[in-house]
Amino acid sequence: MNYFIQQLINGLTLGSIYGLIAIGYTMVYGIIGMINFAHGDVFMVGAFVSLITVIIFGITGTTNIALGIGALILVAAISMIIAGVYGWTIERLAYRPLRGSFRLAPLITAIGVSIFLQNFVQATQGARVKPLNAIISGGFTILEGNDFVVRITYMQILIVVLTFLLMSGFTYLISKTSLGRAQRACEQDMKMAMLLGIDVNTTISTTFIIGAALASVAGLMYLLYYGVIDFYIGFSAGIKAFTAAVLGGVGSLPGAMLGGLVIGLIEVFFAAYFSSEYKDVAAFSMLIVVLIFMPQGLLGRPEIEKV
Amino acid sequence: MSQPLLSVNQLTMRFGGLTAVDAVSFDVHRNHITAVIGPNGAGKTTAFNCITGFYKPTDGQIVLRHKDDNEFKLEEMEDFRISQHAKVARTFQNIRLFGGMTVLENLMIAQHNHLMKASAYTIGGIFNTPSYQRAQEAAKQKALAWMDRVGITDRADDPAAALPYGAQRKLEIARAMCTDPVLLCLDEPAAGLNPKESEELNALLRSIRDTNDVGILLIEHDMSVVMEISDHIIVLDYGRKISDGTATEVRNDPAVIKAYLGVVEE
Amino acid sequence: MSLNDQTSSSFLPMIKRSIIATIIAFFLFLPTLGIKTSASGGVDGLFLTYRWLLLGIGCGLIFVGRIAYELFWAPKEGGQKAEKAPSSLAKALGSAKVAKTIGPVLLGFAIIFPFLPFSDRYILDLGILIITYVMLGWGLQIVVGLAGLLDLGYVAFYAVGAYSYALLSIHFGFGFWMCLPLAGLLAATWGIILGFPVLRLRGDYLAIVTLAFGEIIRIVLLNWRSFTGGSNGLSDIPRPSFFGLPFNQSENGFAATLHLEYSSMHRIIFLYFLILALAVFTFFVTARLRRLPIGRAWEALREDEIACRSLGINTVNTKLSAFAIGAMFGGFAGSFFAAKQAFVSPESFNFMESATILAIVVLGGMSSQLGVVFSAIAMVGGVELLRQLQFLKVIFGNDFDPSQLRLLLFGLAMVLMMLWRPRGLVSTRMPTVFLKDKKTVSAAMISQGRG
Repeated sequence: MNYFIQQLINGLTLGSIYGLIAIGYTMVYGIIGMINFAHGDVFMVGAFVSLITVIIFGITGTTNIALGIGALILVAAISMIIAGVYGWTIERLAYRPLRGSFRLAPLITAIGVSIFLQNFVQATQGARVKPLNAIISGGFTILEGNDFVVRITYMQILIVVLTFLLMSGFTYLISKTSLGRAQRACEQDMKMAMLLGIDVNTTISTTFIIGAALASVAGLMYLLYYGVIDFYIGFSAGIKAFTAAVLGGVGSLPGAMLGGLVIGLIEVFFAAYFSSEYKDVAAFSMLIVVLIFMPQGLLGRPEIEKV
Repeated sequence: MSQPLLSVNQLTMRFGGLTAVDAVSFDVHRNHITAVIGPNGAGKTTAFNCITGFYKPTDGQIVLRHKDDNEFKLEEMEDFRISQHAKVARTFQNIRLFGGMTVLENLMIAQHNHLMKASAYTIGGIFNTPSYQRAQEAAKQKALAWMDRVGITDRADDPAAALPYGAQRKLEIARAMCTDPVLLCLDEPAAGLNPKESEELNALLRSIRDTNDVGILLIEHDMSVVMEISDHIIVLDYGRKISDGTATEVRNDPAVIKAYLGVVEE
Repeated sequence: MSLNDQTSSSFLPMIKRSIIATIIAFFLFLPTLGIKTSASGGVDGLFLTYRWLLLGIGCGLIFVGRIAYELFWAPKEGGQKAEKAPSSLAKALGSAKVAKTIGPVLLGFAIIFPFLPFSDRYILDLGILIITYVMLGWGLQIVVGLAGLLDLGYVAFYAVGAYSYALLSIHFGFGFWMCLPLAGLLAATWGIILGFPVLRLRGDYLAIVTLAFGEIIRIVLLNWRSFTGGSNGLSDIPRPSFFGLPFNQSENGFAATLHLEYSSMHRIIFLYFLILALAVFTFFVTARLRRLPIGRAWEALREDEIACRSLGINTVNTKLSAFAIGAMFGGFAGSFFAAKQAFVSPESFNFMESATILAIVVLGGMSSQLGVVFSAIAMVGGVELLRQLQFLKVIFGNDFDPSQLRLLLFGLAMVLMMLWRPRGLVSTRMPTVFLKDKKTVSAAMISQGRG
């Protein structure tokens, strides 16, 4: 039982990271209907920017949690800005010129950007993994059984709480502000939105910037949680986050979060109880099963075929 | 009167809480043009989609009888089987052609099941067997005959999307007829046509009714078309049938006049 | 706005835009080109190296590049939104007559290619690689181009073919010609097994499911060690022989029997013709299929699935057939790959391969077989040649290996080529049957499918 609870905590932590990346996929898909394949690599760039910033500020392990969190907020801010610039640039250069053109063209450019980013970071930062010492260490012991001790680290609390805060903030943003209304209008009918005076380009750019910024926060969390990154982390995290977005229902922010948590939990539990080598197979199989029985995803709107 | 070609009995279709079609019954006869009319939202297209299998009705029976007394329970069949086996063809309110393919190709695809068999499910086709060649040539001739009949032969090698609107409507009817249907269902065939094209359409539908041994079921907004060519009219309002009869009968039915607020006069 | 106006009156704004671009580039490059993290081996793990020069060069290139872009390539105002008219080259490639002449010319060139003076082992290997991709492209074209189903996991079938050959030949001693149809059959079976549950899915969902399936296959190959050899792969796969004559120095080898001097090139040339034959076979079968009812139904499916159902076409079976036949050609190609390498490992079947094949199909033009040939040459061959560039050492220092940049350039090429030609090199479509004259269908009419 204790082992189970420990896995639950680990799964929720990992799921939060996936969920944050998935938001970027789901928002972009919702608004322009394309799979932004480069998003996973923006997450990776975010992790690298975070790493560099952490070293520049000389943030090392501290037990003063307040100081640690303060420093990390600064790191997150810088990383979000730079990742945002990446998100904006990618959309501007590789997707916008193809808007309204052949449907598969932006998909191919997205894959191209993804390959480019991976290899650009590899060429400039080297192929070796980058380790980082734990910045926030320590945690609580929640349950103490005779065979197994359940611990939750400060880092895990930070990840889950921060994800929850960001998630609530952005759900508010999407549902209540004019940006959110503009986004939903573009989602429904881009031409009509344009005719009604909505600046479609700005709305889409903003969507990319927000998605990239959230992904970079996920990148920072990944860096802190695992303590090691390389240029290739974007691929598998990206695929799983996209899986999470589809699982939750493409276009739905809470769906992305829920999908992320489900994927995180499946991965962790499968690794803990069955086989860690096949944990990805479990996650992907789950996706296939869910899509067959609930083609719209867990929280997506069912689509009625118009004849 | 002989056995009806199509018997719709107590057809009901609900979407969540909304009852789009409510216990509607009617018959369609061979060599008749039967029209379903009604104000917007009366449930015409929904009923139509139930008959052609694109929706599964919540309740009711839809029976189609072939000349050899074979009966098909359409409400239990998948959409493509309704066309393939029960021989019900349809067109769409917003035309659905294969836009990037030529007019001739559109008409060849309509003969897909026949040609698949002739090509021995592709294996014979790969080797271009004589029997396949004959079938292919026959299919082409049939397509040509229908192009001639609706008057679009000169556009045979043009992509369907390049045709003017009126010609696209005609092509869609020709394509439906290439499947050799016993029942032809037309969803607002006159929508968007000018008076001249509308006239041509009436003539075409009459000639199909008189020479092709099919029953025609159509939905129409355009009263002039309906009143002029229909042998039998069914009026729906809010999902219920409010009238059923010949053009004259329907025209003088107080319930119909009420539903249309008197605008039923052409 | 005429060109003159633009150059004279918009010089300052142009500089301003370039400066903005440079500032943005500065942010992009700062954490990549500008600052490098290196392992020190100390307690702290990492330290930073600042490369201001490199950062400066990068930003400078963007500044100059941006100005050059505005002067030479930027779309002039007004014409920005309109879809570019196809160039004369693309038009020519799309026309029936030209396609009929270019095809045989290309084939003729491919046949004499191994005997040309410059065809050394490296060039020939590159030729084999390109033809393999052409064949894979034609196979995937059935699924993506004709049927309009987006398949991001095509490499899975390539892998099934390769491992089928490897396992069948190692465990049962089957020869190449015996394994080839079996590998194709197995790949097609996998196509059906995957396709059956998922082909009801709408467009992009299908894409992600096929991607997931590709990953599943790769992970299984990686971890089912007893069966697949895991990450070590399977080696010592028997090489195909020439009608029973092995390519070695033995007495009953190919060279000795034909009284030739032994050369390792014989085997390469044999492999070259083997893949050429397979590709030509693929070409004729797919071209024929397209003109059959099944092929027309695939295209109709891409155009309008609902209309297909209204005409009595069983859309599930039609999609499955496209999936299975596409997978079969992937299996054939995989079988050849295993025979050529004599070694297979999961490394060769990652997502990059699927992406490359898909890019070749999309860039080639969705329904032009000739387009696939050209895009495969451009994507595989062009990038391979770029790799030879040594001047990059000037920028990155002497210990820099330009071949590292191969994939980077590949990604960049993918983006640029799609921007240049969003609908592919040959975007028009050739009708499969005609009454009087065969006219190509322009790209704007062709539907893109929802899958």
